[in-house]
Amino acid sequence: MSQLTSWTFAGALGLSALAATTFAQAEEIELLNASYDPTRELYQAYNPLFSHWYREQTGDNVTIEQSHGGSGKQARSVIDGLPADVVTLALGYDIDAIADRTGKIPEAWQSALPHNSAPYTSTIVFLVRKGNPKHIRDWDDLTKDGTEVITPNPKTSGGARWNFLAAWIYVLKEQLGDLGKLDDPRYTNEVSAAQAAARQFVGDLYRHVPVLDSGARGATNTFVQRDIGDVLLAWENEAFLTTEELGDGQFDIVVPSVSVVAEPPVAVVEGNVENKGEAAERAARAYLEHLYSPEAQALVAANYYRPVDPEAASKEDLARFPELELHTVDEVFGSWREAQATYFDDGGVFDKIYQP
Amino acid sequence: MNSTPHRHIVARPQADETPLVRYLLSSLAMAIIGLFLILPLVAVLVEAFRDGWQTYMTAITDRYTRHAIGLTLFAALVCVPLNTLFGVAAAWCIARFEFPGRSLLTTLIDLPFSVSPVIAGLVFILIFGAQGWFDGWFAANGFPILFALPGIVLATMFVTLPFVARELIPLMQQQGAEQEEAAIMLGASPWRMLWTITLPRIKWGLLYGVILCNARAMGEFGAVSVVSGHIRGSTNTLPLHVEILYNEYQFSAAFAVATLLAGLAIVTLIAKSIVEWRQQRQWESASS
Repeated sequence: MSQLTSWTFAGALGLSALAATTFAQAEEIELLNASYDPTRELYQAYNPLFSHWYREQTGDNVTIEQSHGGSGKQARSVIDGLPADVVTLALGYDIDAIADRTGKIPEAWQSALPHNSAPYTSTIVFLVRKGNPKHIRDWDDLTKDGTEVITPNPKTSGGARWNFLAAWIYVLKEQLGDLGKLDDPRYTNEVSAAQAAARQFVGDLYRHVPVLDSGARGATNTFVQRDIGDVLLAWENEAFLTTEELGDGQFDIVVPSVSVVAEPPVAVVEGNVENKGEAAERAARAYLEHLYSPEAQALVAANYYRPVDPEAASKEDLARFPELELHTVDEVFGSWREAQATYFDDGGVFDKIYQP
Repeated sequence: MNSTPHRHIVARPQADETPLVRYLLSSLAMAIIGLFLILPLVAVLVEAFRDGWQTYMTAITDRYTRHAIGLTLFAALVCVPLNTLFGVAAAWCIARFEFPGRSLLTTLIDLPFSVSPVIAGLVFILIFGAQGWFDGWFAANGFPILFALPGIVLATMFVTLPFVARELIPLMQQQGAEQEEAAIMLGASPWRMLWTITLPRIKWGLLYGVILCNARAMGEFGAVSVVSGHIRGSTNTLPLHVEILYNEYQFSAAFAVATLLAGLAIVTLIAKSIVEWRQQRQWESASS
């Protein structure tokens, strides 16, 4: 009996010693997540969830610092030296830009994680004032006389670029009926006529924009707080957040007939996090991978983003997302790189059609 | 010394406008002040307490707010003394000596006033950025400048550079160099002359410049916004924190933090009035 007691005691001692060494090795890790504007609430909720989970898995303490701003501006800051360990931006091109200019992100970053490294998606919808006084139903209502449209500057804002492309997709779809014709050489003439019509329409659309904010959140504040404009082109998540948490029933969401699948991707900034050591690198990778876990996906849906894995999300959260015809950028424009070069780079289509 | 005084103390002319004109003018002035100064201040206070005292206290004692206060105070604590030293030295050179490039120097001191703060911030990005002239050398060697404390201090230094010098140059020019020349001729060391003649004579002007410099250092937004990176709890100054809270739809919290800045502005105004009053008396005794 006493033999057993002493064994147990020794065992307990050994265990606690083991526990002590585990805790002694537990690292304090700080990671910086540079994100775009409307993800504030999402990451405010996700960061503690991840830290807690990671501590249970590894014993390491991870503190996540956040920086938010227009997606393009954030990419620019990382290029200029902002020491972000992970970037969670509004669109792939902004991460491409960091990869191209700094080499801190591998060129094939988009295949590092499932679903093109986009753990959640969204789309572009319209937010209008209560009762929809201007009777806005679809994209072509935006260019009617006397309608003021609020959308941010596509040069600096990721959301604004999705807005732009969504409008473009709508016209192509209206003109061609089937977007499959875009790649079919038999329809070359029809396609170029449709492209010209899209250019005409989008140019007309920007003539109805009284203020070009630099980021999506600024545009929302212009519409909601400053009471400017009749319709806000918004991320679906931003529109929900506004109507359900801010608006006190002052706003309605209008779902257009056609829109774009907005895929906000995430990537580890290898060139920055490697300076912090292996434990930090592991944590940064886990931080992004864990976004695909059921609990994080449920959180994603609760924060009005469309989860890529809807299994774990609550039924009520999922029921909020309307069904509409959605097309991806790759399908219509080839890739984000091509879309960026054609439409948003200096001297591109946006510069030609936007004359303030 | 043939320096022209930049300011005159003129006896108040006898008012010969009709009472009606005087009444209209002063009510117009009051209306403008009420509209542009008092109303915003009231709005800040009303918004700050809209959700109650509890929300207000939570907002201003929040971890990130405390850090922002600390960072703002630190930046001011570094910038104001350095700019004071620079201001006294520059004003001394310009007011006391004739040298080639003197007027160029005077103009250059004004540069931060004429350049948009955003441009000032971008200049630092061009110099110290990872793609800039130094190619991120500082950051690579463990001493990051941008998106870190040194960048914030540098940007604040730049925008507050002129305040002390601008205040002292006309004052020292008007005072003339006679007393200092006399001190030197009577055998005082330059150091003694500085402490017993120069500084006591400019102290109110100096203090006035320091107060303005401090107010701007704590309130600067544009230049700091460009070099900060907006990292919460790390590179977020008080004005930037207000913007972040506002963008997070925490309007009451944003205005609560704004009351701290408004409080600073009021303290600055009071201190400034006291100093102005003392300075006025000094001018009067100097010109009599």
